Amino acid sequence: MIAYLIRRILYAIPILIGVNLLTFALFFVVNTPDDMARMQLGVKRVTPEAIEKWKQQRGYDKPLLINSVATGTSTLTDTIFWQKSASMFVFDFGYSDDGRSIGREISTRMGPSLAIALPTFLVGLLVYVSFALLMTLFRATALDIVGVALCVVLMSISGLFYIIGGQFLISKLWHLVPISGYAGGADSFKFVVLPIVVGIIGGIGSSSRWYRTIFLEEIGKDYVRTARAKGLSELRVLFTHVLKNAMIPILTGVVVVIPLLFMGSLLTESFFGIPGLGSYTIDAINAQDFSVVRAMVFLGAVLYIVGLILTDVSYTVVDPRVRLQ
Amino acid sequence: MNFIPVILWSDALVFLLIAACIVAMVYVRKREHLLLPWRRVAQSSMAMVSLLVLSLFLLVGLLDTLHFRVALPQTNNGEKVYSPEVLSVFDKVVEPLRTHTEKTYSSPFALTLYAKESVTDAQGNIVREYPRLRFGGAHLADEAARDADVVKRGLIGALEGLVVGVLLFYLAQLSAKLFRLRSSVPSPSIPLPAGEGSQLPSPAGRGAGGEGKLFAFRTVLIATLIIAALIGAVVNLATVYHVLGTDKVGQDVLYLSLKSIRTGLIIGTVTTLVTLPLALFLGVAAGYFRGWVDDVIQYVYTVLSSIPSVLLIAAAVLMMQVTIDTHPEWFTTSASRADLRLVFLCLILGMTSWTGLCRLLRGETLKLREMEYIQAAQSFGVSSMRILSRHIMPNVMHIILIALVMDFSGLVLAEAVLSYVGVGVDPSMISFGTMINGARLEMGREPMVWWALASAFSFMLVLVLAANLFADAVRDAFDPRLNRTEAK
Repeated sequence: MIAYLIRRILYAIPILIGVNLLTFALFFVVNTPDDMARMQLGVKRVTPEAIEKWKQQRGYDKPLLINSVATGTSTLTDTIFWQKSASMFVFDFGYSDDGRSIGREISTRMGPSLAIALPTFLVGLLVYVSFALLMTLFRATALDIVGVALCVVLMSISGLFYIIGGQFLISKLWHLVPISGYAGGADSFKFVVLPIVVGIIGGIGSSSRWYRTIFLEEIGKDYVRTARAKGLSELRVLFTHVLKNAMIPILTGVVVVIPLLFMGSLLTESFFGIPGLGSYTIDAINAQDFSVVRAMVFLGAVLYIVGLILTDVSYTVVDPRVRLQ
Repeated sequence: MNFIPVILWSDALVFLLIAACIVAMVYVRKREHLLLPWRRVAQSSMAMVSLLVLSLFLLVGLLDTLHFRVALPQTNNGEKVYSPEVLSVFDKVVEPLRTHTEKTYSSPFALTLYAKESVTDAQGNIVREYPRLRFGGAHLADEAARDADVVKRGLIGALEGLVVGVLLFYLAQLSAKLFRLRSSVPSPSIPLPAGEGSQLPSPAGRGAGGEGKLFAFRTVLIATLIIAALIGAVVNLATVYHVLGTDKVGQDVLYLSLKSIRTGLIIGTVTTLVTLPLALFLGVAAGYFRGWVDDVIQYVYTVLSSIPSVLLIAAAVLMMQVTIDTHPEWFTTSASRADLRLVFLCLILGMTSWTGLCRLLRGETLKLREMEYIQAAQSFGVSSMRILSRHIMPNVMHIILIALVMDFSGLVLAEAVLSYVGVGVDPSMISFGTMINGARLEMGREPMVWWALASAFSFMLVLVLAANLFADAVRDAFDPRLNRTEAK
């Protein structure tokens, strides 16, 4: 297992290089460092000197990918791509275009993001699985049919509707919680409860239906019939046999997103004014801040790969037959 | 000729898609084993009703895809000058909706504007009151008569719609019958076994709808009538009222909602033009050839899927925006610029969303290549290309079809979200996303401006719900695994 993990981690390196190359290409195919400088400096008529200075300060005054002037290994290392990417691998994200440390920004914004994403994920999972189990228990009855129909309708509604509708109903009409904003500490509860509720309701349709399909597939198998033949109650069959055996397909979809919770949700955070990583990313996209976008892409890719590895490890926990070679 | 047809990029792609669909339909029609799952779809009343709704949306979208530019009255040295505004056939059909613009907001069926204005009355005094709308209910002299008028017009319209609906339904049934009669005569050129195959559907040939089992006849009739009555009522009302109100610049919200349909449909369908070839060729190649081909393809899709998709889309869209902004000379009209952005958005969405399907296809091909019939073909010395096209491709088609219909609704929903984040369609392009974005900030007004949001969300819900239900029926009919579990 240790060997397996090491191999997986080593395999992550070419993928991360690929990710970096791709973001780099996306930004610099149409956008030269000169364009970036002009956009950041913001004035119509900027002097070439100012552009040069801006580029030099931020390390954009080098060739993009291959330095034909330099010799030896520095043909590759003395370039923007190398200079900006190499430090990423030790999680040194450098500075954003407005001069703030991206690493510091990420660590302070991670809290609010997690405060929303983690409860949404945990409570959501509980709600979705319980709802799916309920539908499975009453399968092929009116309750099941209504439940599935409800799921289809819920998943056909745009996520924007849940957010706007929730803000309108709970905050504007009933004045229960503030519409948007965030505060640290104990005050944060009243700010995060609405985004969490909205997030859970928004996911209930597709997730519950998906889990129901998994459970139904499991419930048609022979071991379930055997368990019933032994005289176990339906509830017991469902919870101790079906739920356990459905863990593998559930984990496949669930574990991978756990690390990505750190990234927060772009949509929720920008609607509710949460100062998390999601809104940070959106701001950076709108300001065309390459350093921040690249850092977030890199972070996202790392977390995704961690998620994949965690998924494999979690298989060994729930299913003793799985051996990681 | 006082107009010139305009084919935008997205129009061309839509025509391409239609051509592909027609080819596929002709191909499937001749082969009974391919037709069989579609017959199962036709038996499901839910699927047929969704298809009916979807085809109405498609009709609007297609009419909206035939673009042209009208010639202006003045000429430039004998040469015709065309208006820079690109119109569509749909715009012509609903001409009053497009041209009846008010000053600003007005609520559904309103007679007056949303905001008070200073008006000079008969005595020459300036008073602040709600001014009457220019078009909404302008035929009414007495404001109190509105409710009765709405009910009357609605009922008359609904009745007219019902009559037209019944006529259309029976016309469609009749033509289907004639078509069946003609095609069920076995042509002599078909060899005997295939000829017997074409005899198989003979129970289906007995009439389009006589038997409820073959085609969900009664439900579709009821649905047709309800929809026809609804459309009739709305059409009759929309000529004199703003049925869904007007937006900030006074445009009719019903018109905006109908125009949004094309954008949504294009995002949902044209994207597959990118997804499909990429996923199909790469997925099948990776699964069949394995070795280094598999390694390279797996590497590419792992890289792509490990980038959070919204970030990837946002970065790509921003770059496209820069390119478009720096090359204004590419575009003759603003519509063509917005259109190119839409096409690029589809490309980008396609580039980011093919990985899931690719992985599925790779897995399925890995399984298929170990099957006896493939090994038999290999030992006969059949070339890889031929094995891929004759044996593997047909056997993964159901996965592709299911994935495509399943993806459609997700893409329609994604458009709204992306437009909100600012990386969606061009702000000048009418779409559900831009409608929601524009109307969102007006929720804070008092009294609230709710109609634009409500219409955008309801239109989207109907479209996505119909697509989801249809997709479910298609999956049920095509997925061999699912059929077995249902049978238990």
